[in-house]
Amino acid sequence: MILVIAEQRDGRLNRATWETIAGAQQLADVTKAPITILVAGGSVGAVANDLAAAQVTEVATVENAALEPYTPDGFTAALQDAIAQLTPSHVLLPHTYQTRDFAPKLAARLDRALVTDVTAVKRAGGDAAFVRPMFQGKLTADVVPQGPAPHFVTFQIGAYRVEQAVKGVSPAPVRALGVTLDGSAIREKPEPPFQQAKQAVDLSQAERIVSVGRGIKEQANIAVAEKLAQALGAEIAASRPICDAGWLPMERQVGSSGQTVAPKLYLALGISGAIQHLVGMKGSSTVVAINKDPDAPIFEIADYGIVGDLFEIVPAIIEAVGKH
Amino acid sequence: MKIAVCIKQVPTREWQPRLNDDKTWIREADASFEMNEPDAYALEEALRLKEKHGGEVVVCSAGPSRVAQVIREALARGADRAIHVEDDGLASADAFVTSAALAGAMKDETFDLVLTGLQSDDQGFAQVGVIMAEKLGLPHATIIMEVNVDPSTGSGQAGTLRVKRELEGGWFQWVAMPLPAVLTIQSGINQLRYATLKGIMAAKKKEIRRVQPSLSTGASAGKLRIVSLYVPEKGKKTQIIGGSPAEAAKELVRKLREEARVIP
Repeated sequence: MILVIAEQRDGRLNRATWETIAGAQQLADVTKAPITILVAGGSVGAVANDLAAAQVTEVATVENAALEPYTPDGFTAALQDAIAQLTPSHVLLPHTYQTRDFAPKLAARLDRALVTDVTAVKRAGGDAAFVRPMFQGKLTADVVPQGPAPHFVTFQIGAYRVEQAVKGVSPAPVRALGVTLDGSAIREKPEPPFQQAKQAVDLSQAERIVSVGRGIKEQANIAVAEKLAQALGAEIAASRPICDAGWLPMERQVGSSGQTVAPKLYLALGISGAIQHLVGMKGSSTVVAINKDPDAPIFEIADYGIVGDLFEIVPAIIEAVGKH
Repeated sequence: MKIAVCIKQVPTREWQPRLNDDKTWIREADASFEMNEPDAYALEEALRLKEKHGGEVVVCSAGPSRVAQVIREALARGADRAIHVEDDGLASADAFVTSAALAGAMKDETFDLVLTGLQSDDQGFAQVGVIMAEKLGLPHATIIMEVNVDPSTGSGQAGTLRVKRELEGGWFQWVAMPLPAVLTIQSGINQLRYATLKGIMAAKKKEIRRVQPSLSTGASAGKLRIVSLYVPEKGKKTQIIGGSPAEAAKELVRKLREEARVIP
């Protein structure tokens, strides 16, 4: 059995859960195993009914007051118990910040393999091989997990599309699992989530974005990018290192820890294309990459690319736009 | 406070990947290496905590002899001493083997706090810190952007920790837990310091304890087997526009107007 661990917050599933269900259905094509979805939390009845729409064998629920709010100790203990009852061949999870917080602990406790940040499933002889980026996306590896089942796999955000998850003709049955959980053994005490500052800039609505990365070299050079943004009628944005350095405010950051954008035009200046950045802008209609490194991963998702010195190319673009 | 910082040596950002003959790993001889960036932030955070609360910063690294370079750098920035788990098999080890090697070398030291980067720029598993926490029996928190320590006041009273954990999409959360604990640190948590000449000189006299891993590190020891390593296939058909900067810029603007129709 393939077990998908769904992720919900305040009774709402995230998109990554449906992407993982699509990944599970692809893995099921290779291994011919049935799929069960498991959702854990304080109260997950409504979410379980949403999940039952997927074409799967069963939805299992684990409800316990000690699972709300999320803690790594609580989730590890509850899922360890649930996995012992269900004996899956694979346990699939979305590669979210929450998964990254507990999945390695769970896999270590069970002494089982964990392949993280997977983008695709392949057949390798009789086994399933999992495709994942390495070396900042410069290389890709096909990885076969070793040792006894279950094998844990986390899927990169955007590896599958939500629409790829096949819905069933009738709802899958929902079953409640009983787990033993000692709330007093949970060592982490989380406080309610908060947003650092009101996001004054909503980049998700921008039609055009000029985004800068490490290749801009120094703060004074941001002005060059701003001039280009002005010429194109675009918003200015940046990859994480630029905002970390304080060269642009955090609210202009695109990527997994910042905003997710989908403009008509995304022009990436000196951005190598680390996956944490790509997940925030993959939905852009037209991507332009300008980078001095011809092997930069950003070129893999770009529609148009110019290999060269952005400090020569950008002024030339500003001039060419003005000549219209 | 006795703080451990686990650092990894990874290929530099400028490194152009070359594969070994059976295409399952890189050609290490061609690579140049540097300190994994998130680990550098973890080191900086440890040094700041020591400045505030006193104590000791011990840098720990698992890898072949080349790793001594980043250990020296960490000592030059201000770490007090180092543990080097030295073994050639650790160069390409998976997260389970690396965490077991580190945890094995660290368990007798009884650290109050263990810091490491949230993931490495080479294999990028984002697992080592969390697996170490499980192996050492400690609570943990990941992707941390601020660390506040309330150290033990003695008399058997454990210290406590309150940390700011990054969630997705600009959200954060404070989490409290008892010490000792393990934290994985996010890049950008602080401003990095660089080694001074004085620091570099002082580092030469600092202790590096070399230990053998307490477990096998061979290819069969891991839980993940890389069956093939390759340059990624392009998902999109990228049109690379050549020519002089002026020619390329003009052609790009023409294509954005007439082909993609995304600028007026």
